[in-house]
Amino acid sequence: MTSTDTQHLPPSSPTVDAVMVDRRAKSFTTRSIKKDSKMAALELAISMIDLTTLEGADSPEKVRSLCVKAKRPWERDEEILGRRLGHVAAVCVYPSMVPHAKEHLAGSGVNVASVATGFPSGQYPLDIRVRDVKQAVADGADEIDMVINRGAFLSGKYGVVAEEIRAVVEACGPAHLKVILETGELVTYDNVRRASDIAISCIREGDFIKTSTGKVSPAATMPVTLVMLEAIRDAYKQTGTMYGMKPAGGIRTGKQAWHYLCMVNETLGEGWLSPDWFRFGASSLLNDVLRSMQKLATGEYAASYDFSDA
Amino acid sequence: MRTVTHPEHEHDATTGDKGMNKARPARLDLRAASGGGLFDYAPAPESVRPDIADRYGLFIDGSFVEPGSGNWFPSINPATEGTMSMIAEASTADVDRAVKAAREALPAWSGLPAKERGKYLYRIARRMQERARELAVLETLDGGKPIKESRDVDVPLACAHFFYHAGWADKLKFALPGRDPKPVGVCGQIIPWNFPLLMLAWKIAPALACGNTVVLKPAETTSLTALRFAEICAEIGLPKGVVNIVTGAGETGRAIVEHDGIDKIAFTGSTQVGKMIAKAVAPTNKRLTLELGGKSANIIFEDASLDQAIEGIIEGIYFNQGHVCCAGSRLFVQESILDTVIDKLSDRMSSLRVGDPMDKNTDVGAINSKEQLATISKYLTLGDKEGAVRHDVCNSSLPDKGFWCRPCFYSGVQPSHTIAREEIFGPVLAVMSFRTPEEAISRANNSPYGLAAGVWTDKGSKIFDVARRLDAGIVWLNTYNKFDPTSPFGGYKESGFGREGGRHGLLAYCR
Repeated sequence: MTSTDTQHLPPSSPTVDAVMVDRRAKSFTTRSIKKDSKMAALELAISMIDLTTLEGADSPEKVRSLCVKAKRPWERDEEILGRRLGHVAAVCVYPSMVPHAKEHLAGSGVNVASVATGFPSGQYPLDIRVRDVKQAVADGADEIDMVINRGAFLSGKYGVVAEEIRAVVEACGPAHLKVILETGELVTYDNVRRASDIAISCIREGDFIKTSTGKVSPAATMPVTLVMLEAIRDAYKQTGTMYGMKPAGGIRTGKQAWHYLCMVNETLGEGWLSPDWFRFGASSLLNDVLRSMQKLATGEYAASYDFSDA
Repeated sequence: MRTVTHPEHEHDATTGDKGMNKARPARLDLRAASGGGLFDYAPAPESVRPDIADRYGLFIDGSFVEPGSGNWFPSINPATEGTMSMIAEASTADVDRAVKAAREALPAWSGLPAKERGKYLYRIARRMQERARELAVLETLDGGKPIKESRDVDVPLACAHFFYHAGWADKLKFALPGRDPKPVGVCGQIIPWNFPLLMLAWKIAPALACGNTVVLKPAETTSLTALRFAEICAEIGLPKGVVNIVTGAGETGRAIVEHDGIDKIAFTGSTQVGKMIAKAVAPTNKRLTLELGGKSANIIFEDASLDQAIEGIIEGIYFNQGHVCCAGSRLFVQESILDTVIDKLSDRMSSLRVGDPMDKNTDVGAINSKEQLATISKYLTLGDKEGAVRHDVCNSSLPDKGFWCRPCFYSGVQPSHTIAREEIFGPVLAVMSFRTPEEAISRANNSPYGLAAGVWTDKGSKIFDVARRLDAGIVWLNTYNKFDPTSPFGGYKESGFGREGGRHGLLAYCR
């Protein structure tokens, strides 16, 4: 493995001041979304969900029920809403579950996303991480969620981080890539911005940057996501290339989802309001979105057990 | 006139051959946020409608009384131009009645054990919290400010001032060591229309905590929350005459300033009126504090965290439609980043939502009055005429009725331009550039005013050096418009004298 710590450094990243980032992020939580706008936002949110299961206890049967839920999020949609809801964006699983997910999702329009590169720690030799990616793609993954080398990043070896991302990009072939920064381990907003810029300088148009694995706390927060959206916006303004964004972990309610959508809308514009450019990595979000929809349609809050688990 | 409407950010639409087949917009389009797009925000009107009486008398000696003048004037909702209520106009005789009531209440109030006074202040604060939503809605209906500001800033801060000063009431000796603080006496307080309830709290809370009694006049366009506050005083059983609210315009204010029975005048408002008051008070024994206008500088260095600095600029000048005495109305940007800042500012401003102040998503509300709109329009005409470039980058649609001004900024402003020297008190920003810290400091200080300033840089040594050398009563570092009752607020030069808030603020109300 060649070490080129001093090469391929990203252009120096803007600094980020925590006080005003927090204040700005908080301002989106006071946006009040009502009626038709709320219904549209909730439906949009469903289409952006990467329905996720990443447990050691995952089994083919668990993945199968997740796939069923992904294809038809709400079996009572026609009864309650009077129309059939669309499917979620993707099902996100560990590499060993990719063949099972692929089997159930073929032809459904729901993508198979696989975490790879030694998720969640990434503490494996690069060749193994790259093989992990290649195998997942060969098994049918449409999307790969990789983790960056946080150890290298935190010790300032930005060149190593970049080089490894490029190696994964190459291994992805036609599969879309999402680069997980694991912002909970990067700690500062300055680091989040720098890691975002490094990732963006390595990936292809349409690839994503992503906050978290969901295995580290804190996972996605609004200020962290805002810093990453600003990196995407600046890259777009400089080069005209569009990148996607995926906050993951900790987004559990419909209300949180539309706060995020307001933030995307007011930071990047409505061009990003599509599953091609924005995703939620979540497991429990979907049912709360459905619950909010039922409240909106019928005026009544349903119990959480009225909605089927995946 | 040279104007820039929305700057285009066209990019070459080559997508490259990456196997991606995605719809992509031709340019970064933030305009969707202001309506008509895929994700339009449906109206989200605040639903509470407080009862508003057809007319309000004067609050003197613990009850509402008819004005001796027999005159009433309308209070207008600036977002609809509809009359909300008729307000009593206090004559000289009415002011005299109020001062007499305050004088009679003084011995008992100032003689009360200090902790008992504190209890009354706590009760006021708690009752204001309980009625917070009603107060916020009234403030917005009466003054035109966005409900999210009155709800999240004005009312909570007003409550915070009463809580804070309630705590000081029995600890004044600790606040002012080495002294035996005594109340000044009867205080005449005149407040402006930009933060009606908050300015009332800034004035009344310290006055009462220190054992004074007050005669307060709200601005004639925004009397309703002060009158609601009077109701709260009666409701919690505040002794009669301790707080008196006299409504009216300039003549009522003059009667307060010239009244012999008043020991102290506290005024917040324009520098022009402040000077008149200073002259009137000069030959008397009255004490005086003035919090006047400003033309505050917001200085952005090239090493600042730019996206956050942009938030600070927005917060600084477009908060409360720019009706803020400490508004960061002069923006000094280091020349190397001027284009970037103008570009980012334009993008950010295009997402500002102007309109119905009662809509929870409104960022910029109505201009407070027809007169103020005329003043702002006058400055816009002058700005255009003197050769600055106006950027009308906010695309928000405006309601048909009411007083409205889309936020805008000027680039290419010279220090000699009127819009760079005079206080506009509206959502209008003058952008200028500088090259060295020395130049930034001297340009910032080149103003008759000295109220507030903002400094934005990531470099610690620079931030403290620059802050120390700015002639401003308040300097915010990497933030703007942060208010707290513990922090003294006030100006230098023609921005007035005296401080409000913190321990310093207590000095003005103690002998």
